[in-house]
Amino acid sequence: MSLRRLFSIVLKELRQLRRDRLTFAMIVGIPTMQLLLFGFAINLDIRHLDAAVLDQANTARSRELVAELAASQVITLRHALSAPQQLDDLMREGRVGVVIVIPADFENRLERGDRPAVQLVVDGSDQVVQQAARQLAAYPLARLRGSETGLIAGMEVVNFYNPERRAPVNTVPGLVGVILTMTMVMFTAMALVRERERGNLEMLIATPVSPWELTLGKVLPFVGIGLVQVTLVLALGKLIFDVPVRGSLLEIYLAALLFIIASLALGVFLSTLARSQFQAMQLAFFTFLPQILLSGFMFPYAGMPRAAQWLAEILPMTHFLRLIRGIALRGATLADLWIEMVALAVFSAVMLGIAVTRVSKRLD
Amino acid sequence: MNAEAAIQARGLTRRFGDLVAVDNVDLTVARSQVYGFLGPNGSGKSTTIRMLCGLLSPSAGDIQVLGLQIPQQAEQLKRRIGYMTQKFSLYEDLTVLENLEFLAAVQDIPRAQARTRIDDLLTRYWLNDRRKQLAGTMSGGQKQRLALAGAVLHQPELLFLDEPTSAVDPQSRREFWDSLFELADAGTTILVSTHYMDEAERCHRLAILDQGRLVADGAPRELCAALPYVVWLVDCAAPRRAQRALQQQAGIVALAQIGAELRVLAASTAWDSDSLAQHLRAAGVDAQVRRGEPNLEDVFVAATRKPASVAAGTSATGAGATGAAA
Repeated sequence: MSLRRLFSIVLKELRQLRRDRLTFAMIVGIPTMQLLLFGFAINLDIRHLDAAVLDQANTARSRELVAELAASQVITLRHALSAPQQLDDLMREGRVGVVIVIPADFENRLERGDRPAVQLVVDGSDQVVQQAARQLAAYPLARLRGSETGLIAGMEVVNFYNPERRAPVNTVPGLVGVILTMTMVMFTAMALVRERERGNLEMLIATPVSPWELTLGKVLPFVGIGLVQVTLVLALGKLIFDVPVRGSLLEIYLAALLFIIASLALGVFLSTLARSQFQAMQLAFFTFLPQILLSGFMFPYAGMPRAAQWLAEILPMTHFLRLIRGIALRGATLADLWIEMVALAVFSAVMLGIAVTRVSKRLD
Repeated sequence: MNAEAAIQARGLTRRFGDLVAVDNVDLTVARSQVYGFLGPNGSGKSTTIRMLCGLLSPSAGDIQVLGLQIPQQAEQLKRRIGYMTQKFSLYEDLTVLENLEFLAAVQDIPRAQARTRIDDLLTRYWLNDRRKQLAGTMSGGQKQRLALAGAVLHQPELLFLDEPTSAVDPQSRREFWDSLFELADAGTTILVSTHYMDEAERCHRLAILDQGRLVADGAPRELCAALPYVVWLVDCAAPRRAQRALQQQAGIVALAQIGAELRVLAASTAWDSDSLAQHLRAAGVDAQVRRGEPNLEDVFVAATRKPASVAAGTSATGAGATGAAA
């Protein structure tokens, strides 16, 4: 082995790297982003979970209990309910993750201690919320009763939507989002750049083909591929893990379709930034990371700082995750979750809008 | 302006940042001609072709192609031209037939018509037994014939070919040029760039580009006839030594050893056969000097010579040729 030859290769590699601006930026960008995401945004302690309270006893002690639970900061009380029916609606629409239900005979139960005095109704479609509920349930109720000691009354956790707390029920619907993000963004970005990289584009733009016929034509097959992937994951989830689909299957496909369009729009946008397929892949990875980490798929959305939550709201995966968990697990309808659909539509429109101006420029 | 011309460009200029890739080029290409662009790499041939096709907007200048204003009417033009890029730009992972079917659809050729047209082209360009072969696995010559078939599929009136023969063996090049003349005979106007002299010689008319400027323009024979220099062939025992002796002399435009002979391009006012022979004898080389016929390479060398001192002679070449053509 010759050191000089070895060194010359090292030098050549560094020179090439320095000229590949995007790769160079990624070398700095990826660790920075990871560090910030994991350091700040990802917090396994859950705080400020949206909650409601249904206090049917309405005594001094029940109000004290609610205040104590709220002070734990695990939950943020958003709604005070008056009827059990409201609980179902709020939960299905995904507006609260936890509801504290205090029965009318709360005082009695506390005194006798034979039955749980408080119910925590929990959105089981989100694993993170389940953990939070366990945290809350461990809260010592005995302290409430001041002088009266010796009586034990606990909290009962009622797990809506996933009573057996099976992990696949939580992960499989979310996985649809992960898989679509991965394939849709990366494949479209790469497919579009490939045309330019191989020189086909120059031949094509000398024909009557318009840039948008070209872009749309290249992207449409992926819509079909995406829908096949959705079917595959849901069917396997049902067959192997018995993951339920409680809502309308049609609505799941509609939500998936909009999410696919949003992801394709992102892919088209990335393709206008990248000059080679390799760069396209890097950019796709760069957008993939925050989507996985911030969307609520792996880490609790409720635990993130405000800035990270805002960022998460921009990402299409966050909205799709809420949609598919809502429809598949909680039996929600698109009408319940319309705001998430609007968010996806806005994201798609903005991305395509930016891409349009860039595509026509690139062809000059 | 000449309404009959297929291409007419005035003051065509394209800048990329500080670089002037095409500098104030005037160009007229008559219909049904094979018009050549001759120039070294980086002389602006590809950029000019791209501007004429409407793929690239000029920084300045006026272009009319087939009576259309370019780049404003580029979309209308695209249906009427064929463009063969320098690099093979069909899909290597599609078969010959799939590539042509794709292009036929892109060009809006009706299905039934496309089928007969494709059959016709496959036969004409000897690709019939390659129908099912992936384009990427074919030889350079085959790929180039396929690219030509793709470019003429929609029967364009005007065909742009950017260095079509750069990756092809001599036999294929000849066949390819035969195909071009066949197309020209059928009425197609062809603009082809090359850096092969033998190809340039075959064009009806020729433009020589150098560093973005048009330095000569005319029929090959006219260009040779208008050359303001004389060609001398020096036959001697030591051509290398003779070359060194003449290298820095005033009035010597170019020197090239061809086999055992030295080809000298010299200003007619400065040198004749006697003065050449004398100069060489003084340098210790015993040489026989006779007059040679100027060829296109001489024209090219004279036109693209770097020193500014010959600029006057260069423009005289262009003026002379244009005068002869008029």
